[in-house]
Amino acid sequence: MSSQFPRAEAPLQAPSSAQPPLLSVESLDIAFGSNRVVKNLSFDLHAGQTLAIVGESGSGKSMTSLAIMGLVQYLNATIGSGRILYRRQADAAPIDLTQLSDKAMRKIRGKEISMIFQEPMTSLNPVYTIGDQLTEVLQLHGDYSRASARDEALRLLRLVRLADAESLIKRYPHQLSGGMRQRVMIAMALACKPKVLVADEPTTALDVTIQAQILAIIRDLQKELGMAVIFITHDMGVVAEIADHVVVMRNGEKVEEAEVGHLFANPEAPYTQALLAAVPTLGSMQGQTLPRAEPLVVFDGEKVVTQGEATVQDTVRVQETPVVSVSNLVTRFDIHKGFFGGVSHRVHAVENVSFDIFPGETLALVGESGSGKSTIGRTIQQLQASTSGEISFSGKPISRMSRVEKQALRQQVQYIFQDPFASLDPRKTVGFSIAEPIHTHGLMTGSKRIQQRVDELLERVGLRPEHARRYPHEFSGGQRQRICIARALASKPKLIIADEALSALDVSIQAQIIHLMMQLQREEGLAYLFISHDMAVVEKMSHRVAVLHLGQIVEMGPRALVFDSPRHAYTQKLLSAVPVADPHHRRQHLLLEGDIPSPVRKVGDEPTVHPLDEVAPGHFVATT
Amino acid sequence: MAKFLFYRVLQALFVLVAVTLIVSFAIRLTGDPAVMLAQGAGSITEADLERIREALGLNQPFIVQYLEFLKGLFTGDLGRSFMGGTSVSDLISRALPATLGLALASLVISIVVSIPLGIKAAVSRGKWPDQLIRIVSLVGLSFPNFWLAIMLVLLFSITFNLLPPSGLEGWQSFIMPAATMGIILTATNVRLVRTTMLETLRSQYIMVARAKGLSNSVVLYKHALRNCSIPLITYFGLQFGGLLGGIVVVERVFNWPGLGTLAFDAVAARDYPVLQGVITVLSLMIISINLLVDIAYGFVDPRVRKS
Repeated sequence: MSSQFPRAEAPLQAPSSAQPPLLSVESLDIAFGSNRVVKNLSFDLHAGQTLAIVGESGSGKSMTSLAIMGLVQYLNATIGSGRILYRRQADAAPIDLTQLSDKAMRKIRGKEISMIFQEPMTSLNPVYTIGDQLTEVLQLHGDYSRASARDEALRLLRLVRLADAESLIKRYPHQLSGGMRQRVMIAMALACKPKVLVADEPTTALDVTIQAQILAIIRDLQKELGMAVIFITHDMGVVAEIADHVVVMRNGEKVEEAEVGHLFANPEAPYTQALLAAVPTLGSMQGQTLPRAEPLVVFDGEKVVTQGEATVQDTVRVQETPVVSVSNLVTRFDIHKGFFGGVSHRVHAVENVSFDIFPGETLALVGESGSGKSTIGRTIQQLQASTSGEISFSGKPISRMSRVEKQALRQQVQYIFQDPFASLDPRKTVGFSIAEPIHTHGLMTGSKRIQQRVDELLERVGLRPEHARRYPHEFSGGQRQRICIARALASKPKLIIADEALSALDVSIQAQIIHLMMQLQREEGLAYLFISHDMAVVEKMSHRVAVLHLGQIVEMGPRALVFDSPRHAYTQKLLSAVPVADPHHRRQHLLLEGDIPSPVRKVGDEPTVHPLDEVAPGHFVATT
Repeated sequence: MAKFLFYRVLQALFVLVAVTLIVSFAIRLTGDPAVMLAQGAGSITEADLERIREALGLNQPFIVQYLEFLKGLFTGDLGRSFMGGTSVSDLISRALPATLGLALASLVISIVVSIPLGIKAAVSRGKWPDQLIRIVSLVGLSFPNFWLAIMLVLLFSITFNLLPPSGLEGWQSFIMPAATMGIILTATNVRLVRTTMLETLRSQYIMVARAKGLSNSVVLYKHALRNCSIPLITYFGLQFGGLLGGIVVVERVFNWPGLGTLAFDAVAARDYPVLQGVITVLSLMIISINLLVDIAYGFVDPRVRKS
């Protein structure tokens, strides 16, 4: 291991292997009925170690974590064979958790081995206070009186860096943000000082700045308490950030296991190589002015194949009229409260936003939850009425358009949503869904010709014409997103608004869709409004970037300038929070404190509008 | 919460006024009680009828009669029955406890039985206890209540002579009527509890509760049941209202001295004051139950309490 990299963390090696492992999974098999979801899985976990289990959807990683907790039966899965050996004391003989009675397992579960779950919004029981839920686990496993349990709960809340623990303990989950709830979950999991903490995608549902905070808390507390952590994730960036040792899984099987530095430097299994190649890495575009479509590195089931070649995305036609011009856009929602329907609060979703998108250009809107990025997309697509401001399409303001012209706009602007599962009608064939915009806008007549166009579109997005007769449930998530893109292309749009269109996809699929979107841009001259919270993907795809914070653009400019020399404090904070898929670049998150602010304000309490200042040609930064 | 309740009480008052207005008006469309009263009295002249109307206050405009009634409602004087001149308030106060007791007993039976059975069915989903509970509840659902009542009387009063067949003479009298209504309610409620419970058990916080190492019964009865009870309370509240209305049939079969019997007789005799009184009292009770449901929400669900 080279020492030239400045490192803030402890050595990456696993603790000395002289000690027997704390937990050993041996030839584990888990099945739903006859469907084997984990196959012959083995790995060891040592005291104080962080083991990351990484894999894409369907890899069996979450099932493995539930098996360690002895909880698979509640999902109607069964452990077919194999052992999970756990050593309660270093010198004692190990016990097999799979053979333990439920009663015996309950003494270990939550006390010696505890778990944090993925979805903090639904992990806490809505009808009990935070205090009740914390003291419950303390009193169950420990020797606590009511009063001493309360004191310990307060201490735990402070341990996970929650301010104002005294009032928090009396509050209910719905009064807390996602980040706060996840901290409460961590406090709950750590309540009995477990030897093993199983964290199943604990930061996936959180914004990057909050993710960085949670990762830091887990890492610090692990050191403090000397726990071993099993960290389940799909995110290679997070793995690089936190793991000592990595197990890579695919379709229920372990494909590779290695020390983290080794895995990133010399991945041996072809699948790992393809996976790592697909991970968008922040900073990978440094020094380049235009986006670049990289060749695709694909795992075909046996070996790694490289498809296509690197192409510079020089597609912007700035001399033409912008496809869309947004000027001083304001979108607010009233929150009705009170008996007579009086408005007491407003969501200031978008405040005074202006930008242009030129033909062939990708403009990215980035920001955290509540930043207003999706509202801007919906307002442009006329799914949401604006409060004030003007949107023009190809130079013509929407306010001066006739109804027919507005209808035609829906053909020129298409939308791709985040969830490809929910955005296709399950009762209609894929061919019907793709042909629908052609019928609606009367773009073509004659079923033969339309059929031909549908076939063409399917091929365009990398599917086959015969897929037209199938139904959405027969396709995977990535394929469905391709279908959604084909449907968007059907009406020959000038602008596609992609609202978190890649967020629900596995990285390898994500890379393919990025590739496809860039290819379509080159061939069709499409403009994209790319709405995303993922800075690394944005860096790969976009020509220009606008950073949103509380409904306002705080920084906007060419991607190279915004990413390589961010000027606004919020942009810097966002960039510093992104985990980088390189274990040698673990950073201290000094910039990160506090929760995401809310865009909800009292009526009459207007936010200050920060004017933009041009610091370099085309690079605008909000003045504070 | 106080503000929330204030609005709810206000709404309840509006509903009460609306209901009484509709009832008083609708009753008067059904015919002339004076004619009814005069039947069998031989030759009756229009002047005689007019005298009867005057005596009963029926000659006044509807709005005056209604206001009189409303005034009486607040002073506890609901007028006198056309039949025998007994005070309506007296009639109702004698019949109300019997009906209320019966309705409450039926509801309690159904809740006490259906919650554990519904939970058992949910937990053993697809296995034999679930199948059995579902089949039995379907059978229970298929009985008409009057038939069930008659079968119970045949079995327990006539064949075994264990329980009084009709009337209200001590606590044994409650068993069969309450069981009749309880069985039918239970059949629906078991299915409702099962569905709600299955939904709740899928929640992540239930898995979290299990991951804490809590025992199955704590997970079910502490963590799941309280979340389940939010939709259940609404349903049970609505059911109680329906129960009060539907009680007429069962009261007839068991000759139960309750509001149902009173209302039935009043309809037959076109006894406006009694009918009006019974319906008003029933609506008042249904409105209060709904108010109680709203209050119960606040206790069970902190998310309601906040607003």
